[in-house]
Amino acid sequence: MNLQIKNMTKKFGSVTAIDSLSLRLEASNIIVIVGVNGSGKTTLLRLLAGLEEPDFGSIIINDSVKKINELRQLSTLVFQKTTMFNRTVFSNLEFGLKIRGYEKDTIKKKISEALDIVGLEGFENRNAKKISGGEQQRVALARAFLLEPKILLLDEPTSNLDVNSAKIIEKVLQERKKSDNIIVLSTHNLYQAKRLGDEIVHIHDGKIISQAKQKDFFSKPKNKITAKFIKGDLQF
Amino acid sequence: MIGITILESLQEAFGLIITGDPEVFSIVARSLSISGLATLLACIWGIPLAVILGLYSFPGKKLIRSTFQALLGIPTVALGLILYLLWSRSGPFGFLGLLYSPLGIAIGQSILITPILVSFASSSLGTIDAEVKDLAKTLGATKFQTSLVILRESLWEIVLSITASFNRGFAELGVAMMIGGNIRYVTRMLTTSIALETARGDIPFSIALGIILMVIVLSITLMINYFRKE
Repeated sequence: MNLQIKNMTKKFGSVTAIDSLSLRLEASNIIVIVGVNGSGKTTLLRLLAGLEEPDFGSIIINDSVKKINELRQLSTLVFQKTTMFNRTVFSNLEFGLKIRGYEKDTIKKKISEALDIVGLEGFENRNAKKISGGEQQRVALARAFLLEPKILLLDEPTSNLDVNSAKIIEKVLQERKKSDNIIVLSTHNLYQAKRLGDEIVHIHDGKIISQAKQKDFFSKPKNKITAKFIKGDLQF
Repeated sequence: MIGITILESLQEAFGLIITGDPEVFSIVARSLSISGLATLLACIWGIPLAVILGLYSFPGKKLIRSTFQALLGIPTVALGLILYLLWSRSGPFGFLGLLYSPLGIAIGQSILITPILVSFASSSLGTIDAEVKDLAKTLGATKFQTSLVILRESLWEIVLSITASFNRGFAELGVAMMIGGNIRYVTRMLTTSIALETARGDIPFSIALGIILMVIVLSITLMINYFRKE
């Protein structure tokens, strides 16, 4: 599977969040998008998730242009600010599965396995809004990967988490890498980018200014802005 | 002297309640069923309207919302008078036979409480975090399924809007008096009876009805709040 963004622009009023951006991503990779605050990382993920309509440009998957509704069926986004439905953990996890028409027994089995994977065995009947932030983010991750999306998108998923929860999330992501899916993760954390990324994409002022394999990205920065960003000299 | 009179009236009022005075309880039952029907009617058109106003954007939405908000304070006697003129025998809708009927009061009250229901319910739907909508969408929900999620997420706020609407209908006087005419065993309700019996000087009967009115209104709200927290 391959994913291509062609010449995409997204404006919010007079602010250009994504500026004629083009990008090509391949399956079986974890792609880490890095950039300072306000560089367009979240908007890019929301466009890929089909939550925003681009002003110009298109998203192409396996050589076919995808509409916003088709993107929503192919991708799932884990938000930076964890959002839970005001119901049990089980009910949060079954939501997407029910929509996709899974049978009750399959749903139960899948949820039990998913909770084991994220280290939350026995959390089924807990109110999702009343568990800790780290636990909520793990539920959010499980809720997303349970749907087996072709494109799994994560917007700074560990930015506000304790070390243990962050470790679990990183481990789960490494295990979810498959030949027919793409994982795209945005982060501020360059150490995390190094640990997780097969490929790093640097976005600046709504444009991709650098895209390289992880090793090359850090050892041979393609331009001065990326070099400055890696050194930590760009203002966040 | 006045204190003693009030005490005696209270004693007599409690006596009427405890002994299960048939007239008192028939008035209570009638009031509950008429205001219950009014709330049900208001829900039938009010909830869909609130969903449209709370969740969707369209031209004129602000104007419609403002109109409902302006109607929140409509004087009940003014509404009663308008409906009286429309439904009286010589009025344009006199043929419906709604004047001096329980159904007429229920329809009148439902019109009175619709702005409360629509305004409160649409506001609560509108305040649901945009992220909940995005979450539903990213998990594959259609537009309709997303609306259902938001309805479910703001369920208690909507229940509270319905409760406030019921309480407003249950405790109003103007529509019940002007449309119902306070006919004994037909359209006599708690509020109209209190007004009549007080004017007649039957204070214990009025107090008994007043106590029941207050207890019902307060206990419904307290009960809803209790279950909401649970």
